[in-house]
Amino acid sequence: MSGYLSATLAILCINLIFAYGIFVTAAAGQINLGGAGFQAIGAYGTAWLSASAGLPVSFSIPAATLIAALIGFLISFPVLRTRGVYMVLATFAFGEVVAGFLLRSPVFGGAMGMVVPAHIELPAIIVSAVVVTLLTFYLMATRLGLAMRSLNDDEEAAIVMGVNVRAVQVAAFTIGGAFCGLSGALYAHNFAFVEAQYFNSLLSIYVLLFVLIGGAQTAWGPLVGSLFFTLLPELLRIGGSARYVVFGVAIVLMMMLRPEGIVTRDLLRRLSPRQLFNRRPASGSAPRD
Amino acid sequence: MNTLPGLARSRAALSAPAVIAAVIVILVLLGIAIGGQVIARQVVSGLMLGAIYMTVAVAFTLTIGVLNFLNFTIPTLFMLTGMVAWGLVARGYLAFAGGWAWLAGLAAGVTVAVVASLLVERFTFRYMKMKHGDATEHAIPLVSSLGFLLIFENLVLMTMGSDSQRFAVPFKADIHIFGLVIGVPQLASFALTIIVVAGLTFILRSTKIGRALRTIAENPDTASLLGVDVGRVVPIVFILTGLLSGVAGALFTVNYGDVSPFMGDNVGTKAIAAMVLGGIGSIWGAIIGGLVVGLAETLSIQFFGGDSVQITVWGLVLIIIILRPKGLFGAAPIGKGKM
Repeated sequence: MSGYLSATLAILCINLIFAYGIFVTAAAGQINLGGAGFQAIGAYGTAWLSASAGLPVSFSIPAATLIAALIGFLISFPVLRTRGVYMVLATFAFGEVVAGFLLRSPVFGGAMGMVVPAHIELPAIIVSAVVVTLLTFYLMATRLGLAMRSLNDDEEAAIVMGVNVRAVQVAAFTIGGAFCGLSGALYAHNFAFVEAQYFNSLLSIYVLLFVLIGGAQTAWGPLVGSLFFTLLPELLRIGGSARYVVFGVAIVLMMMLRPEGIVTRDLLRRLSPRQLFNRRPASGSAPRD
Repeated sequence: MNTLPGLARSRAALSAPAVIAAVIVILVLLGIAIGGQVIARQVVSGLMLGAIYMTVAVAFTLTIGVLNFLNFTIPTLFMLTGMVAWGLVARGYLAFAGGWAWLAGLAAGVTVAVVASLLVERFTFRYMKMKHGDATEHAIPLVSSLGFLLIFENLVLMTMGSDSQRFAVPFKADIHIFGLVIGVPQLASFALTIIVVAGLTFILRSTKIGRALRTIAENPDTASLLGVDVGRVVPIVFILTGLLSGVAGALFTVNYGDVSPFMGDNVGTKAIAAMVLGGIGSIWGAIIGGLVVGLAETLSIQFFGGDSVQITVWGLVLIIIILRPKGLFGAAPIGKGKM
């Protein structure tokens, strides 16, 4: 496998895990625009544990994931006091604070970043992405997943039906934090270097777009969104900045034509399982709702 | 009329310019008294920077207050003005204007920002309104505005490159007060900012359009029942947004003499912080918040070094959103905010 292809595949898998981290909260009706902050926690967590504390990768990655989950759990209580645009801004501010803190901390190398010597190969990343994908599909099929969906669709009806809103939202933030942290940890070990400037607000915006363009209704959404977002720029690579213009136009058009994202529950209902794995009819041949 | 916070606010707002002016004079005098000219110079440049932040913050707060829409294209409109002005002047399209080419360029830049802003309206709000009947309850305009951010920024990168460029303004006159050196462009821009924002406050408070905007902010459906042509009033929000971001971009360009495709990013995030500090949806909150953030930035660079701004400002924003969502100063929002 060529270096270019394996690097693209690695970033696709990392983006996919990252997108599922944002999806889990979005599926419960919360918009998290601080994804880069959680990813940075995972990346720097594993970087410090393996490079500075000398622990093996098999310990440092799970530990960094747990740290990100714990921070997701803790931050969810204050953040869940807010709604709508306020929540978007609160999570955005969280991401900025994390990046600013890492930039200022000498322990984490400050603006110089950190070198991560322990390398993990592509197969491990692919396995992680597959596991996270299957886990999310399973999660969406459980009672918790159903409760998350109900919160997204109609919060008041969910409360009437006895859904414990706070518990479900906290769980979504914790799981989301864990996934984002895991994607950061894999990023750190695969690219062998982390710097705070990489985990900026644009990254948070991009990953939120993966989920919203793909569709936040079903677990297929982030998969399609990550593929679309990671592969489209690669396919359009010829044009330099022009590809991002095309990309922006695609986003605007997508919001006009399919505001619930590429993959919706309605779309899945209209497709037979066999066609589903083709993933093709999503592009526009399906009737609009 | 207490159901319209904007109206209830009108009497208190009259004294606000005087209060702000007094606070500014006190700050400068205090700076000279305590730390001598070094501090006073930082206070002055902080206020100049704050005036830019404040104009952009007002643009943000206006779209959120009226349309419940966090418009991510605002930093790009800011940048478009500077880059279009530079591009037109540098390529000699404005040679006919002679010594006033820089001014013609900036005017063209502001026009482009307004047109771009209307383009965003056409493909987000008007389309949503046609298709779903209401656009203020969805996350869709927010996502679309992120798309437009990519489009505008990369169009500029394609046509004018990614380098930072010099934008020369032909006057260098300085005024000396109390041993402080204040540039005429800086002073003029500060005055112009105050005029623009005061004009906006006047429009919102005392004109028919302002009343229509405040009615939409309360509830778009009720507004159309009451005879407000929502489809014709909403574009005005976008024109004002383009105008405010454009004027801020033009002033920034004149003051600092530099333009780059990324000049809006830092200003945009600082303006969002300023808006949150002052209370989302409140015009006067955005004004005070902008000045506070500008001052905090220059003073914390003076005392703690460059990178500390990000943690201080955003940490404060996070705490304020969570503990006191209506902002530090608790000024009334344009509408109820629908949150």
